[in-house]
Amino acid sequence: MKRQLFGGVVAAAVLLPFVPLGLWAFSHRWYFPQVLPEQWGLRAWGYVFGTAGTQLTDALVQSVLVATATAALSVAGGVPAGRALGLYHFRGKDLLSMVLMLPILVPALCVAMGLHLWMLKLGIAASFVGVVLIHLTACLPYAVFVMWGVFSNYNLEFEHQARSLGASSVQVAFQVMIPLTFPGIVVAALFSFLLSWSQYLSTLIIGGGKVVTLPILLFALMGSGDRPVAAAVSIVFVIPALAALAASARYLGSRRMMGTW
Amino acid sequence: MGVLALSDLAIAYGGETVVHGLSLDVSEGELLSLLGPSGAGKTTILKAVAGLLPPARGDIRIDGRTVRGLPPEKRSAVMVFQNPLLFPFMNVAQNIGFGLRMQGVAPDEARRRIRDILELTRLSGLEGRRVNEISGGQQQRVALARALVLKPSILLLDEPLSNLDANLRQQMRDLIQDIQSETRVTTLLVTHDQSEALMISHRIGLLLSGRLRQVGTPKDLYHRPVDRDVAEFFGGCNFFTGRIRQGVFGCELGSFPAPGISANGQHLTATIRPEDILIGADSDYPISGRVRRASFEGAATRLWVDCDAVSLVVLTPRSDLAPGRPVRLRLPVEKIRIFPPKKESASADVNQPSP
Repeated sequence: MKRQLFGGVVAAAVLLPFVPLGLWAFSHRWYFPQVLPEQWGLRAWGYVFGTAGTQLTDALVQSVLVATATAALSVAGGVPAGRALGLYHFRGKDLLSMVLMLPILVPALCVAMGLHLWMLKLGIAASFVGVVLIHLTACLPYAVFVMWGVFSNYNLEFEHQARSLGASSVQVAFQVMIPLTFPGIVVAALFSFLLSWSQYLSTLIIGGGKVVTLPILLFALMGSGDRPVAAAVSIVFVIPALAALAASARYLGSRRMMGTW
Repeated sequence: MGVLALSDLAIAYGGETVVHGLSLDVSEGELLSLLGPSGAGKTTILKAVAGLLPPARGDIRIDGRTVRGLPPEKRSAVMVFQNPLLFPFMNVAQNIGFGLRMQGVAPDEARRRIRDILELTRLSGLEGRRVNEISGGQQQRVALARALVLKPSILLLDEPLSNLDANLRQQMRDLIQDIQSETRVTTLLVTHDQSEALMISHRIGLLLSGRLRQVGTPKDLYHRPVDRDVAEFFGGCNFFTGRIRQGVFGCELGSFPAPGISANGQHLTATIRPEDILIGADSDYPISGRVRRASFEGAATRLWVDCDAVSLVVLTPRSDLAPGRPVRLRLPVEKIRIFPPKKESASADVNQPSP
């Protein structure tokens, strides 16, 4: 009973902000003193899927590609880095953890502006690769921190046992380490995906209008002052993120993440 | 096949040498226990044999071939850790089949071998269970089955009973013994529990502070310890010194013939187990003393008896001897064990002359 009440409160806290968004998206006329729209309509959706349809689809595809690539690279870097930090003691470990924090502490604007110059020199500014790289500066540290936590509770004896049972080191990595830390890997991937998904400023600076992700399009449409349209785009923006969250929900929670299952 | 030979093995762990100059042979089909207190380096020896820890010095030979430089997966020695370490993302059968899968054994063959081993370890019916749904004893048996299914030359067991409660411990001990005698797999077992080692082993190697002190049958180590430390480890507590003169060991407790010992005139230490001291009344019991403390242990009572010169601990089935009571004791000469002088390693029983 208590649990259900608590669950209800949490669900309400998550879902209530979507109510005005939904109202706006399906309104036709809605002026100040009215609590509810005077006239309902699908004009905003007609615009989103009709007039701006191809733009939106392109941006959606672009966002999914960028966020997926960022999440994959974050995990690919986060697992070995987290393993090294969680399992071994070495000189400069404290310094390294501070360096890892830097992209989170330093404003994204500074990071993006600074790296923009380098990317221009390397010829990867205004490209997919450039945008993924700039997203990585924000996402990779999170992935490393998540995997660091996972590996500090990791029992290496599982790997020794597997070796003794005849597994090679490669087999141990793929058949033992990854399955054991899989819940943590999913969480790291989810964090990275969501963080990349909601990047606006860095995408704008590095992408230079060439790489149009959903947030870039969203801000452009909002700028036009058409609230029903902005609300409809926002809903389109949020749904894939919620889907990613729902798909990984069973791996969330500290017990699972620590590899104890 | 299954012959293990360790020669002059030294193992360092965390910058410290924990095992020194260990030489030990385990013959085919034998169950040998490495016995020693915690921290004696027993587990590191198993890890070295399994290939998980490179020895600092010395050689390990399995079936006559050195395994130096061979990675763990290429050695036919499989280690079972103290914790069952079952993979939580696999069910019981998948856990048991892990090694077979790594070796690329055909699925049909693997299924057959898993079924056989499930039967041998009395786990039939549990193959589909998740590993967190079975009891601790069952988990331990799955861990054992997971190693046995690979038919290793050498089975390495690290404290297989220490995580179990008393009841399960006996079952598991019986099971290990049964399986070992049935499969005749050469087994090197590590334990800190002397009674466990005495019950389960064909031979015992006693390891004290990283050195192998005595290797022999359980009865050898119990009744014929080579020195005071070994005797103390097995609960020996009566020690007295004396001198050999013309084949007679003379000490505060009397003179005892010691025909096998040639160390004339040397001071030697002797011991007798508490349960071997006899309590009586007449003149056949020459040592008189007084009970200082009595502790009832159920099947026997432990008495601390003050004699003229020394104090002896006696384990007796009699439970009527309260502190303060005078008693007469006899030390049966055949039960007295005189430790050989340090330089000689020859065994030196009072009534069993060394060859």
